[in-house]
Amino acid sequence: MSLSDSDVKKVAKLARIAISDDDVPHLKNELNGILSWIEQLQEVDVDGVEAMTSSVDVSLPMRDDVCAEGYTGGGQPENVTRNAPKTEDHFFVVPKVVE
Amino acid sequence: MTDLTKKTIAELRDGYAAKDFSAAEVTDAYLSRAEAATDLNAYVRMTPDLAKSQAKASDERIAKGEARPLEGIPLGIKDLFCTKDIETNAASHILDGFVPPYESTVSQNLLDDGGVFLGKLNLDEFAMGSSNETSYYGPVVNPWRRGNEETKLTPGGSSGGSSSAVSARLCAAATATDTGGSIRQPASLTATVGIKPTYGRCSRWGIVAFASSLDQAGPITRDVRDGAIMLSSMASHDPKDSTSINRPVPDYEKALEGGVKGMKIGIPKEYRLDGMNEEIDAVWEKGAQLLRDQGAEVVEVSLPLTKYALPVYYIVAPAEASSNLARYDGVKYGLRVHDDNIHEMYMKTRAEGFGKEVQRRLMIGTYVLSAGYYDAYYLRAQRVRKKIADELAEVFKSVDLLLTPSSPGAAFGFGEKSADPIEMYLNDVFTVTANLAGIPGISVPAGLDAQGLPLGLQLLAPAFGEETMLRGARALEEALGFDAQPTEWWT
Repeated sequence: MSLSDSDVKKVAKLARIAISDDDVPHLKNELNGILSWIEQLQEVDVDGVEAMTSSVDVSLPMRDDVCAEGYTGGGQPENVTRNAPKTEDHFFVVPKVVE
Repeated sequence: MTDLTKKTIAELRDGYAAKDFSAAEVTDAYLSRAEAATDLNAYVRMTPDLAKSQAKASDERIAKGEARPLEGIPLGIKDLFCTKDIETNAASHILDGFVPPYESTVSQNLLDDGGVFLGKLNLDEFAMGSSNETSYYGPVVNPWRRGNEETKLTPGGSSGGSSSAVSARLCAAATATDTGGSIRQPASLTATVGIKPTYGRCSRWGIVAFASSLDQAGPITRDVRDGAIMLSSMASHDPKDSTSINRPVPDYEKALEGGVKGMKIGIPKEYRLDGMNEEIDAVWEKGAQLLRDQGAEVVEVSLPLTKYALPVYYIVAPAEASSNLARYDGVKYGLRVHDDNIHEMYMKTRAEGFGKEVQRRLMIGTYVLSAGYYDAYYLRAQRVRKKIADELAEVFKSVDLLLTPSSPGAAFGFGEKSADPIEMYLNDVFTVTANLAGIPGISVPAGLDAQGLPLGLQLLAPAFGEETMLRGARALEEALGFDAQPTEWWT
């Protein structure tokens, strides 16, 4: 499988990365180089093998559904918004989304 | 007075207890040494005021006989660990000005044990790289050089700031992280000791995420004992990280002695690559012989799936990264490139904020997860990953440890491998399997090549086999007797 110019533009758009037409040829070459290298995985027989999603053999721990205290607790709007490029009254401000 | 920065953590601890010197003196010695080493570019920011006040508090505790395990030990923190009220950027432009309102669990553990923070260490952007060339702040330079040549060499990556700083004695020890080899490869290239623990041994909470099923924190130190001391403090069970393992943390320093007599150590034959550097082969053979001399049984083992580990990694890691890095959208923190259209704002922010390698990996990750390709790439990679992990587990039924080289070559010059992404990726050929399987690994300095550059050897153990691994590493270190130091051209 190899990517075309329009595939490269589509993937960049899905990844929300702006690219110019000038970037497409070298990105295409680099991505196709990597993809053809990982193509060798097609040689491996994986019939009946389960997909490994974690190297830890434990089930996901559950906790009581109560508001945590400390860093991960609630009531910290100042901390939550303090690094945002633009805020107003503890809200994140973004360009208009709905016309 | 002897140079205080030459002392290991263990020696500092003893010296404090004997009142030979104070934490304030040691901290000042490190601060002035690190501030003079700008040519190495190891620190992205220093925290001298914090360090001095922590050292003062440590001296008070030492005076009262209340010293904690890392009391007054000056540390460097890889800038992937969020540090409360200290700017943290992961060497990315997109995290400009980010000041975490919280402390990562690992760095909090170090603070709770009395550690002194000298500053934040440089790295590859979001820990994606093997040479530090992807840092927004410019590459870290290796204190080691080829003979008398002035060519600047890489300290490895992604934890290049950590490896360079420990090697050049700009901190007593450093934190680091390892997703595909980012602790062990830089340790190998700088003659330092790097430990990647079992996945889940150190909490990932508060560490800027790259590939969550592979990322693991660990130390870079001068010797194996210091690595054991650091790991004992860094490791913990943390309910804030659901993959953190709930089992007691051993005192790893107590596990060091005892040697390798009676141990069975495997040499995976597939790690002997075609056209491999003969000097690396020679160091590997020497390591095996030294272990044999001390009573270990060294046997050849086979891991036929080894060659598929890197291709699996370059599907799984970018896929997880493309998901993790979706959070950088110009809204919640860091850089925003303005546009009246919100979608354009996202795309322009991410184009300007992420460097080339990060963009490349995000695009690969996006592609392998996209509709129509998920099964062919991502699902297949996860299945091959399972086979690789099973193959390793099978081998560990018959051996205690595996001995391999840590990296396929010594330190290289900037630009020498950055033209071809795949050639750069091959740096992790010996380390990446441990991340896929979640097992621990350690790199120990083993010798110098003909150009005078360090080469490392790696020991791998089964999951939670850190104590056996450290015992093997200590025995190897003692037998190798490596004590070379880089010439100090940067001071």
